[in-house]
Amino acid sequence: MRGLRFYAIAYLVFLYAPIALLPLFAFNDADIIAFPLSGGTTRWFAELTQSASLLDAARNSLIIAATTAVLSTVLGVCAARAATMADWPLKRPMMGLIMLPLVLPEIIVAVSLLVLAVQVFGLGLSNTTIIAAHTLICMPFSIAVLNGAFQNLDPALEEAALDLGETRLSAFRLVLLPLVMPGIVSSLLISFTISLDEFIIAFFLSGANPTMPVYIWGLLRFPGQLPVVMALGTILVALSIVLLTIAEIMRRRGLKRAGLRDRGGFL
Amino acid sequence: MTLINLAGVNKHFGDYHALRDIDLNIHQGEFFSLLGPSGCGKTTLLRVIAGFEDPDSGSLHIDGRGMAGVGPNLRPTNMVFQSYAIFPHLSVAENVGFGLRRSAMSKPDKARAVGEALEMVGLGGYGNRAANALSGGQRQRVALARALILKPKVLLLDEPLSALDKKIREQMQVELMKLQREVGITFILVTHDQEEALVMSDRIAVMFEGGIGQLDDPETLYRRPATERVAGFIGMMNFLRGQVTSTGAEIEVEVEGLGRCRVPAEQAPGGVSAGAVSVGIRPETLSLLFEGERTDRMEVAGRVDEVVYYGDMTYYDVAVDGIEKPLTLSMKNLIGRPVLDVGMPTRVAWDERSLVLLGR
Repeated sequence: MRGLRFYAIAYLVFLYAPIALLPLFAFNDADIIAFPLSGGTTRWFAELTQSASLLDAARNSLIIAATTAVLSTVLGVCAARAATMADWPLKRPMMGLIMLPLVLPEIIVAVSLLVLAVQVFGLGLSNTTIIAAHTLICMPFSIAVLNGAFQNLDPALEEAALDLGETRLSAFRLVLLPLVMPGIVSSLLISFTISLDEFIIAFFLSGANPTMPVYIWGLLRFPGQLPVVMALGTILVALSIVLLTIAEIMRRRGLKRAGLRDRGGFL
Repeated sequence: MTLINLAGVNKHFGDYHALRDIDLNIHQGEFFSLLGPSGCGKTTLLRVIAGFEDPDSGSLHIDGRGMAGVGPNLRPTNMVFQSYAIFPHLSVAENVGFGLRRSAMSKPDKARAVGEALEMVGLGGYGNRAANALSGGQRQRVALARALILKPKVLLLDEPLSALDKKIREQMQVELMKLQREVGITFILVTHDQEEALVMSDRIAVMFEGGIGQLDDPETLYRRPATERVAGFIGMMNFLRGQVTSTGAEIEVEVEGLGRCRVPAEQAPGGVSAGAVSVGIRPETLSLLFEGERTDRMEVAGRVDEVVYYGDMTYYDVAVDGIEKPLTLSMKNLIGRPVLDVGMPTRVAWDERSLVLLGR
């Protein structure tokens, strides 16, 4: 028992200590990232807001993440509904293939997408190419979350709505959509977070306007900028935690609304 | 008057033949049951009538109108689902009023209709409750009110009582019958519970493997089942081997252990010809004769093989010479009537008129 507890604590320290260093140095009043700490300051955060190129990168990232979240969720709703409400040949292998990008090395996806965009389609690199690629890697997550939401529904609910005079479309809007809404919010938030954090694909596919992670990577070449990077990292970590917490809360609320037992979430 | 007409309806799911050449007429205002073991096609037939499944061949008419290509939302049918399918995100009143969304009624009229529907199923004042907070029996009533508020020509009930416990189930059986008489709507009930079907129905179609085995009123079905299969599915039945020796207004049959019997022709609803036949006797048409008791019925000697005591009734298995399986019979536990022990010798009284000659 004692050994197990020690292991659990050591594991958590190993997992979270590096992340805890971010805010520590983001508020440290020194140009060099090293102990001992030398008093608190918020000037790195102030410096952040001064940099026009950083704000551009941030705006870029937000646009890409928001668009990706919407696209991936809309496509995910279509896929999840098709997978749960209908049966067609080869459904199982197809659903398996949809989940495959989850385990493919991202660097390979990035290189092949670069080849596809530039050589095959002859596209210039821009936000559009990043959005397309991010939608691709977010969809497995969206489908996993939404599949759960749709599968939890009794198929008789839709039939009951049809039976009471609604069309397929209005039955979807009046019954299915409200019941899977928590799953939709969950999917939006997860896709948004993944896209916001994603580096490798964005690095390969971004044109003149880098996304925030790519911009941060660029900053690392200048040691003097490190504390600013730490401040930015702190903001991103905080944002990610908030978004994922909301996603989990929505998922649980969805289960409660549908009157179901929690069988362990996606997160 | 025929309200629903099915002619030559077939339905396949892949290789599985779920409905085989169903010809069926269901009358205006009757309580009709589709009874059968699981997988017999009764639910598929209900779903064909509701419009959730399209038949592969054959035709369906409701109130004289062909239903090919008519979606479930446009049919004069409403359904109570086995799971009740109460919308969990809506209140009780919103659930019941769901079908009125597209009607031209004014808001106060709709609210009044919802109130009346809830009153009808004994849930007056429950309108503002969350649908999730209801018990099984209450959810069933909400599902009923939701389906009946549209005043359909046909109400379809898919095993509506199977999720309830015994007490509530028996209470709901009586309530459903009363409700059906009150609203005068045709009810079609799907059930695997023969007692439920016997209690509630005007007519019952017994289904096996996608086809209708027998269609009759409950009493005929119970007293004169046409085949061994129907007889075995409805109530308890002793099956004896027999040999038909002559046919006519009275059928002469040689029954194992009971000897030569003369049976009225109506007791062979499936029709018989000379040769081997299966002979059925219901347990309650047999009785034990206690010591010194005399009877003007036929009697045969035997020995008590098993005793099952139910409180109001006792079921005995009695071994009789010449009969392969012991005869099962039931006796009311009247005052002063002893319960016999296993192994005691006894006599069984029986009657030629209660024999049923069963087809294959």
